[in-house]
Amino acid sequence: MIKTTLLAGAALLALAGATPVLAQQVVKIGAVYPLSGNSASTGNYAKMAFEMGVDLINNGNADLAKVFPLAKGGGLPGLKGAKLQLVIADNQGTPQAGANQTLRLITEEKVAGLVCCYQSAITVTASAVAEKYGVPMINGESVAANLTERGFKWFFRTTPVAADFATAYLTFLKEQKAAGLKTDSIAIVHENTEYGNSVSSVIADAFAKGGLNVTMKIPYAANGPDVQPQVLQLKEKNPDVVIFISYTQDAILYAKTMKELNWKPPILIADDGGFNDPAFTKQMGPVTEGLISRSVFAQGKPGSVAAIMDEIYKKKTGGDGLDDVSARALQAFFVLADAINRAGSTEPAKVQAAIKATNIKAEECVAGYDGVKFDDKGQNTLASTLVTQLKNSNYVAVWPKSRATDPLVLPYKGW
Amino acid sequence: MSMTLVQVVIGGLLLGAVYALFSSGLTLIWGMMNVVNFAHGDFVMLGMYTAVVIWTSLGGGPWASVPAAAIVIATLGVISYFFLVRHIMKGPMLAQILGTFGLALFLRYGALWAFGANFKSLPDNLVGHSFVLGGIRFEGSRVLAAVVGLGVTFALHLILTRTQIGSRMLAVSENATAAQLMGIRPQRMQALAWAMAGAATGIAGALIALFLPISPTAGETLAIVAFVTVSLGGFGSVTGALVAGLLIGVVESLTAYLVGPIYKEVIVYTLFVLVLWFRPQGLMGKA
Repeated sequence: MIKTTLLAGAALLALAGATPVLAQQVVKIGAVYPLSGNSASTGNYAKMAFEMGVDLINNGNADLAKVFPLAKGGGLPGLKGAKLQLVIADNQGTPQAGANQTLRLITEEKVAGLVCCYQSAITVTASAVAEKYGVPMINGESVAANLTERGFKWFFRTTPVAADFATAYLTFLKEQKAAGLKTDSIAIVHENTEYGNSVSSVIADAFAKGGLNVTMKIPYAANGPDVQPQVLQLKEKNPDVVIFISYTQDAILYAKTMKELNWKPPILIADDGGFNDPAFTKQMGPVTEGLISRSVFAQGKPGSVAAIMDEIYKKKTGGDGLDDVSARALQAFFVLADAINRAGSTEPAKVQAAIKATNIKAEECVAGYDGVKFDDKGQNTLASTLVTQLKNSNYVAVWPKSRATDPLVLPYKGW
Repeated sequence: MSMTLVQVVIGGLLLGAVYALFSSGLTLIWGMMNVVNFAHGDFVMLGMYTAVVIWTSLGGGPWASVPAAAIVIATLGVISYFFLVRHIMKGPMLAQILGTFGLALFLRYGALWAFGANFKSLPDNLVGHSFVLGGIRFEGSRVLAAVVGLGVTFALHLILTRTQIGSRMLAVSENATAAQLMGIRPQRMQALAWAMAGAATGIAGALIALFLPISPTAGETLAIVAFVTVSLGGFGSVTGALVAGLLIGVVESLTAYLVGPIYKEVIVYTLFVLVLWFRPQGLMGKA
């Protein structure tokens, strides 16, 4: 009985969503992000990115329109110039609030699609609501592997996951090997909770399959007062490549201790995490020159989609450019807007079909992907990452060559 | 190999002296008043932030920040005593635990509000760079912390055992009523104990800030080490805390290097349980 009522309700909703489209001049896109709580800062940067995206589609930008067709202004051409409207809700950093807000956006605001939710744990609950009501949801930031393994039909993910990062490092290192650098011994130093353990094992597996030897693994407990024993272990074995997976406090201590003990490997890779924290780059940048990391965002060459949007975003935020998270969120938003435009309708099934047919090229991406194209599970198969290098306390893109802004400088310089 | 091992042991000793340094304040309060100060780690954290403020606003190095932190945290200790500890001491043990635990949360989130969640760190040239002696590298800031740590421990030991003030404080801790009959004011002595403990803790914080990143949650991990050091050394024994600190430091470093960093806690805590099994009063505590 309840089930039939629900189904009937869902059908009514679908109708309600479908009928007014012809007359409607506004297409609502829902966003459920952390505007309060621990990740509020991240969520508010994402919000500004979405507002910029809506503005670009509704009002246009002449420079951008040359490389980005949706930025011609005048709304969505596929829907007779319907304007986009952003409806943003606060997930408060909790899975419960994330699910409730998603429900509200779907039933009350009648959004045509959703971008959601930054934190993996919230994306899990919110996507279940969207799945139940049959509203397309695009996720741009959550990397938990299981999100696309649940057989959902309305959930799509544009961000790369750990396996993509591992592949990027593998290809990068193999190229360096071909160029004559030694990569015979590789050490992975990682903190031993879920984050460090999972990322390190994904990297080790990918390297083993790809023919690179991980000769040493040093797990450690995060946030200790001393990392000298670990660095001495490294110094003793002297590996050619060291990969760190660490949070900020440990990242700072490792950088300090390596300098104190005067040891550095020829190639030092830090997998995002603490090493990408602005607190780290600001304070430790001068002693970690040439550190290799990853980011999906790099400003790119002048005139590119990323470069132009970065400039516009800076004006909006008062100085802060797009970064790894805001660029990924914005990319998810554009994928949804593009799909609704091609669907020529806000009818959920049509939008869903359009998302499945998405084929966005690398040069049309604001995030540094090889493009956007979904597999049967809803994962973007062209998601990839840029390899970056620390140069004068700033990360610049050095690989792949097609999107590099600066030349790669090896061996690692340090201090 | 052997040279590296010596380096590991030296590193452990320096670390241990630092453990002793930030444990001395805790053992003093514990021994003098039978109060467990759960906010101890956060006192250390505020000492660290004092050093940050001295550096960012005045450009002062450890020569300015160490005395400043000693004064600031000693004041904080006295205020905590008069406004909180003095009252909860009359209540049951649980009230003491929850009271100082509440103080810990108040200080931690106060720091979060005042300084933000981002990590800060002091420039590493405030003390001078590391130096090499006989093939072993010494980190300037850690050597300074270790030396001052030994000095503070020694000074506290002297005050408690060789001065009249020390005798009075010990008298109050043994029997406050009897001490009062002898003309000693217990509250004044206890406030003094909090001031001394605060000063030692502030010094520890300002020195640790030279080589550890500073954040509002920095006190959490430090507090656990302090509790272990104090109970291993013996409640109330300042020299015990020193011996225990050095022992833990060396064991941690050696295990981390020889066995693996994730096993160091297992070994240290096994050792800890074994010692308490045979000597529940700690290495140098009175039975």
